Amino acid sequence: MGEFAAENTKYTETELKKRIGRSRQMERPFCLSRVAGCEHIVAAAVDDERWLFKNIYMPQGAIEIENLSKEYPYGFLHLKKKKSLEDLSMQVEEGEVFGFLGPNGAGKSTTIKLLMRLIFPTAGTARILGKPIDDVSMHASIGYLPEQPYFYDYLTAYEVLDYFARFHNLKADDRAARVEAMLKKVGLDTAKKIQLRKYSKGMLQRVGLAQAILHEPKVVVLDEPMSGLDPLGRREVRDIILDLKREGRTVLFSTHVLSDAEMLCDRVGVIVGGKLRGIGAPGELVDIKAQGMEILFELSGPAQNLPLLEKATRTGDRYRVQLPESELYTALDALKDAGGRVLSVAQIKPTLEEYFMYLVEADRAQASAVEVSGK
Amino acid sequence: MRNVPTVAANTFREAVRDRVLYNLVFFALMMIGAAILVGQISIGIERDVIISLGLTAISVVGIFIAIFLGVALVSKEMDKRTLYALLAKPVKRWEFLLGKFVGLVMTLTVNTAAMAAGVYIALWSVNRAWQPSDIYILTAMYLILLKLALIVALALLFSCFTTPFLAILFTAGVYVAGLFASDLRTVHGVEVDPGALRLVRGISYLLPNFENFNVMGAVVHGRSVPFALVWQATLYGLLYTTIVLTGAAIVFSRRNLK
Amino acid sequence: MNRRAINGAVFGALLLAGFVCVWQLQERVDAERAMLQLESEELTLHSPAVMKRLSLEYAPLLGAIYWTRAVQYFGGKHQEHNSNLGQLWPLLDIATTLDPNLIVAYHFGATFLSDAPPRGAGQPDKAAALLERGIQANPDHWRFYQDLGNVYYFDKKDYLKASQAFETGSRLPGTPVFMKIMAAKIAAEGESLETSYALWLDLYQSSTNKEVRKNAEDHLRMVKMQMDLRALNQIADNYERQTKRRAESINVLADAGLLSGQAIDPQGFPYVLGQLGRAEPNPKSPLRAEWMKEKK
Repeated sequence: MGEFAAENTKYTETELKKRIGRSRQMERPFCLSRVAGCEHIVAAAVDDERWLFKNIYMPQGAIEIENLSKEYPYGFLHLKKKKSLEDLSMQVEEGEVFGFLGPNGAGKSTTIKLLMRLIFPTAGTARILGKPIDDVSMHASIGYLPEQPYFYDYLTAYEVLDYFARFHNLKADDRAARVEAMLKKVGLDTAKKIQLRKYSKGMLQRVGLAQAILHEPKVVVLDEPMSGLDPLGRREVRDIILDLKREGRTVLFSTHVLSDAEMLCDRVGVIVGGKLRGIGAPGELVDIKAQGMEILFELSGPAQNLPLLEKATRTGDRYRVQLPESELYTALDALKDAGGRVLSVAQIKPTLEEYFMYLVEADRAQASAVEVSGK
Repeated sequence: MRNVPTVAANTFREAVRDRVLYNLVFFALMMIGAAILVGQISIGIERDVIISLGLTAISVVGIFIAIFLGVALVSKEMDKRTLYALLAKPVKRWEFLLGKFVGLVMTLTVNTAAMAAGVYIALWSVNRAWQPSDIYILTAMYLILLKLALIVALALLFSCFTTPFLAILFTAGVYVAGLFASDLRTVHGVEVDPGALRLVRGISYLLPNFENFNVMGAVVHGRSVPFALVWQATLYGLLYTTIVLTGAAIVFSRRNLK
Repeated sequence: MNRRAINGAVFGALLLAGFVCVWQLQERVDAERAMLQLESEELTLHSPAVMKRLSLEYAPLLGAIYWTRAVQYFGGKHQEHNSNLGQLWPLLDIATTLDPNLIVAYHFGATFLSDAPPRGAGQPDKAAALLERGIQANPDHWRFYQDLGNVYYFDKKDYLKASQAFETGSRLPGTPVFMKIMAAKIAAEGESLETSYALWLDLYQSSTNKEVRKNAEDHLRMVKMQMDLRALNQIADNYERQTKRRAESINVLADAGLLSGQAIDPQGFPYVLGQLGRAEPNPKSPLRAEWMKEKK
């Protein structure tokens, strides 16, 4: 391939690889093509971690998932296997808010539990912040909110947070300060001395959030953080997630409420039936099928023979018609001539919801096809 | 290893705040009170009855706590999902298990000591004096604690891979079987197949020999307990408990949570 | 009064009536069961081996419980003046199997298993077996040898074995010289009133068990009476030799100045001379009945 120069010496690729590999343990593959063509490498640069990171190591996602699969044996004698996650490969970039979308039982929680090492994959690997998920010490930089959290009945919120904080090796004053700050942040300051068995669901959810972010983790993983909350609670959680994003943390959360995903996420991944069906920014995903334009209008006078009216639906005085984009301006002219009043013109985009339903239907169809074929 | 005391302290605190514990201890203290009554109607052995009833109460109540709370330690956390948030912290699974074990053993120690104090008070109230041989009640109490620790370890092991109900059943079963282990060793019969005999003897060594921790017969009658017995039983208890806990740690480390 | 109070009162009255019925019914049932028990004496007891298995590691406690049952059984029988003590041996058997160090049970059993009815069960073989077990489990307790010797001497009338028991016991450390003396005396003379008296006296003075002491006391009275009667008969014979006549009553002997003290039995009744001029206990004395039995 190429030749590289350092200290005015030329190295071949193999030699350079050897030199870099000797100075630290290589956990990541690196791609030299990024420096191909660079003729002068400053002598110290090869040992400079930052330079290496910037130029040689591939950009690292906060969370990287490769071919992750999970099968559950079930049935008589555990002979049959149910695939709850099939061959998932994706990345969550640093600093982004990523949403897992999918109906219940699709595999979102399974993925998250696999990442947190609560269950073990049947195949595939994953890395968080560059370290494999087997590495428990990596948990020091991760926060996790489980689905429907429940904590020790007889402890108060303060005691629970203090308990969890102790696992992060914080000094006593530091710990106390953080716990207080968290309680204030999630709005549990006044209730901190009350035992958790007296807490409502929303309050428990907030305790869960607090313990997930109290050690200022770089990556925060939330499993259904909005479930069971009233609109006020949801708003609060949304605000906290946005705060985390502002602080530069990576957030991964799962939900089956599409409006939340649309509002918060930089990117979403849609999982249906254990498989990843689509991944991208919410807008991107639904651009797939723009279906034309819709005009909402009123007619002041009696309806003349407007060809438009044949295709329109009428409610009271208002008419709504859909037509391909190409016909838009012709229709608008016709309306102008007819003296109609245009109320709105909008692009018909399927919402994330429709996209979603489409995917779910497709999966169901496939599943029944599989059943019929008996495979 | 640093995380073990944290989990242990929390387990202890949770046990102390759970009222079930107080009911059991109260029951035991009632039994000790009853012992004083029984001594009145049973001629010639008031002291013996107080000690034997007292030690029985300590043992039985302790075993109940060890089995039921021991099984609940892990299965309650798994059921209620409190475990999920915890394991997402930089804590290893075996640290969690060991912490739970230490916490419950600490709880049992405090309970047992309280009940033993009750026995001493009962003895005083009957005779207005203690005898020098009464010190061996503490020896019996210590050995009972060793036994309880082993039972907790077994409860932990079983609860790691079966349902709570089965775990309770298995632990109780192993306890009862373990009491008869020494009898299995002395099984002999002219017509019994030698292979089967060897198997039975093997099983008798495999089972936890709970009789090793039983000195009630001697202590009740004011006899001394030889020190060799005490340190050998300690060693046996430590070794067997370590083996069981290691097994539990291995099983738990591989277990998929729901 | 409002509705709720009335309801409450009615409900309460019903509950009370219910309990009264239950109470009456229980009394009927108790009466029936009592009649049932009169027919068969069998208390439902398991074999000692089974009980040992069932007791897991709590055998000493169960042993104490069975000992208590034995004591209650014995006490109950005595109150009813029922001399059928058939269940005493099984109860003591179980108690000592469960707790081989239950010294008091062996001691109690020694006396009351071997003593003849109505005082005991009249099973000296069982008593000896019990004591043998006691000795095996508690080899340092020399008093078992004393109890064993008593069983052989009084109830089995086997003076060789009795003497041997006392002899073996006397070799244990801390035994009083009494044991050696008894061993020698019995070996030499077999049964004698002096020996019997000495044995009962020691038991009376040393036993910690109230029932055993009382039993020994009863026996002591009988033996004392036998000794008194023997002495009186000797005096009567002397008198006959001297005067060539048989005395008609104790007063005759007293007037002759041959008596050193008052001729009264341990219960305070004066002795009498019966037919043939032999000394007898007073017909009014409670000791007479037993003396009559022993004569037969």
